[in-house]
Amino acid sequence: MRAVDALMECLKAEGVDVVFGLPGGANLPTYDAFYDAGIRHILVRHEAGGGHAAEGYAKATGKVGVALGTSGPGATNLVTPICDAMMDSVPTVFITGQVRTELLGTDGFQEADTIGITMPVVKHSFMIRHPLEIPRSVHEAFHIARTGRPGPVVIDIPMDLSRADIPYEPVSDVRLPGYQPTTDGNQKQIRLAAKALANARRPVLYVGGGVVHANAAEELTELAMFDRLPVTCTVMALGAFPAPHEQWLGMLGMHGTRTANYAMDEADLIVAIGARFDDRITGKLSEFAPRAKFIHIDIDPAEISKNVPAHIPIVGDAKNILPRLTAEYRSLEPDPQRLEAWWTRIKGWQQRHPLAFEDSSDAEIKPQYMIKALYEATGGDAIVTSDVGQHQMWAAQYYDFPRPRRWINSGGLGTMGFGLPAAMGAKVGCPDQQVVCIAGDGSVQMNMQELATCSQEGIAIKVFIMNNGYLGMVRQWQELFWDKRYSAVDMGRFPDFVKLAEAYGATGMRLTDKHTLVEGMREALATEGPVMCDVRVTAEENVYPMIPAGQAARDMVG
Amino acid sequence: MGEPGTKELLSLDELEAAGNLRTGRKHIVSILAENKPGVLTRIAGLFARRGFNIDTLAVGPTDDPDLSRFTLTLDGAVHPIDQVTKQLHKLVNVLKIRDLEPEETLARELAMFKVAADGSSRGELMQLCEIFRGKVVDVSRRSLVVEVTGTQEKVDAFERLVRPFGLIEMARTGEIAIARGRGET
Ligand SMILES: Cc1ncc(C[n+]2csc(CCOP(=O)(O)OP(=O)(O)O)c2C)c(N)n1
Ligand SMILES: [Mg+2]
Repeated sequence: MRAVDALMECLKAEGVDVVFGLPGGANLPTYDAFYDAGIRHILVRHEAGGGHAAEGYAKATGKVGVALGTSGPGATNLVTPICDAMMDSVPTVFITGQVRTELLGTDGFQEADTIGITMPVVKHSFMIRHPLEIPRSVHEAFHIARTGRPGPVVIDIPMDLSRADIPYEPVSDVRLPGYQPTTDGNQKQIRLAAKALANARRPVLYVGGGVVHANAAEELTELAMFDRLPVTCTVMALGAFPAPHEQWLGMLGMHGTRTANYAMDEADLIVAIGARFDDRITGKLSEFAPRAKFIHIDIDPAEISKNVPAHIPIVGDAKNILPRLTAEYRSLEPDPQRLEAWWTRIKGWQQRHPLAFEDSSDAEIKPQYMIKALYEATGGDAIVTSDVGQHQMWAAQYYDFPRPRRWINSGGLGTMGFGLPAAMGAKVGCPDQQVVCIAGDGSVQMNMQELATCSQEGIAIKVFIMNNGYLGMVRQWQELFWDKRYSAVDMGRFPDFVKLAEAYGATGMRLTDKHTLVEGMREALATEGPVMCDVRVTAEENVYPMIPAGQAARDMVG
Repeated sequence: MGEPGTKELLSLDELEAAGNLRTGRKHIVSILAENKPGVLTRIAGLFARRGFNIDTLAVGPTDDPDLSRFTLTLDGAVHPIDQVTKQLHKLVNVLKIRDLEPEETLARELAMFKVAADGSSRGELMQLCEIFRGKVVDVSRRSLVVEVTGTQEKVDAFERLVRPFGLIEMARTGEIAIARGRGET
């Protein structure tokens, strides 16, 4: 059969039921194969939209997301989603067309060195040099993307090879001698960690996105609940511990709660699980959690002691390690009384510094209020994607996520324009769920075009644009740190999102009154097909509290 | 956005001080990797991305035709070396990495020196060559090419000594290394 037909068989064998892509000259054979392969192909309007959709699909379902592009510009348009997937460890496979082998290296039409361009931002990549390599490479690509610390894998297939006639034989093994992720977790280390926990007086569980990827939320919750351990999550892990909950401190980091950040600051033992001590978490590294010892559980050994030296490192899969840690810990019968003073201190912070904002006295919609309204309108039960900026931080602060894979955002790379296509991918993966996107008026314009895809394919996402007329997060920094010299952040009131929605075949709505906001949102949610709501909010509101960049948790402002 | 969030000027001295930390500790890192296209680029790219300067790099076949050995020498504080070996391990084509202990390691490089050698200096140069167990591999009326093997330090020493004669050019392979004793590198 043709190599591209073998490619289809491989995708099916990997359980792929949907891909996102856009064709071109170099992948014409692949698209010919899609014609009757029985795999749903969603035609996006920009490859970046397809890439982010694959990420949204993967984050919502836990399965590998797949996106395709042609050679040259098709591949370069995929670079942002590939890098995004690398930073947030999203299991994804990107299949790009390449010019025919005889043109390689000649600057042929639409030739780009896709493997070279993407090399620093992939988990791995395969340059196909012989058509017989295709089945094994595809199989290995999926294996690498989904196992260990997940990530993006690129497969680049020259046009002539994809047309070759090959005998297809299914591949069931992988030959990757250099790739053997440690999943087990050393028992001695686990025992040591249990002991440290049983003796800790001021412990905190610091949870990162790895717990979501490992599907270990239940195991985490069990560990936390057994001894009433306080829990905080990064922006990547919201939902890994059910919020609201009496042990929930809120998100930590630059725009985390004071309680979470103060608890990290005063903790004597921090258990980092699937988290990587990003600078948005630690603030000034030398003053981060000065009194704490660290247990660091991660499947990626390179994360351990990268930024903060770990006292007890445990390499492995959280899903495997956490139950064993809980069991060891339980067997030590820790004295529950020992945490009383710590909880009194924490409750004190919670009472003194709850997340709060000053609501308007008129009809004006405060951005924080908008998130609370959306929580109410969705019954707190939606998959929520977001773009990048102030709206993202408010969403993370004010929407409580009861379960993992309900909050989907771009944390590591901070990619504006992520939200709408990610919602599209999530909705395709979870068609029976409510999927909403909390978008920024700036960000949404970066991948707006996918609304056409949603209309055409009947992908009923509900987009709520937090319209403040500004590149708000940048404006906030200019206001706070650069003497309010607003430079290139004002977008006026353009475009008209309602008309735009309609032009794209979606329903457009505008919500401007606080008093009818929830009602309006309910109407949007109940409307069939894709909907885009222009929600007008306060123009100059700042996200607080905040650890000014490069400072310590104690120095939180607002 | 720029850190730490302030508009204070950053002096060039401060910037350079942060970037030019050399610890002086030399590391020899030996990497066993699959002999596949692009592997060299992946390894070199990783070093570049994580901000490590490779001082020397030698690549060649091993006893197993499917594997190549990369020997690198570099300068780095203990902590970042640990980080680099862990990052290298994440490359799918890399099988084994050793940060070799100098005492347990045999390291050699090959160097060729083209030196100006007129009648008068020729004898002295030949003597030097003998002390270093070098070999004269090419002779012309006004120059010699000398081949020297040894550790990086020995070759450095030879270089220092021949420079005054008029070093025309030099080529060095960078060290390759193997563990002492029966055990595998
Ligand atoms: C592609 C990209 N370009 C630039 C930035 C820098 N940036 C971070 S937040 C932000 C403002 C986003 O504006 P908007 O989407 O309107 O969100 P808001 O902060 O107003 O809620 C910008 C420009 C980015 N994160 N991504
Ligand atoms: Mg905005």
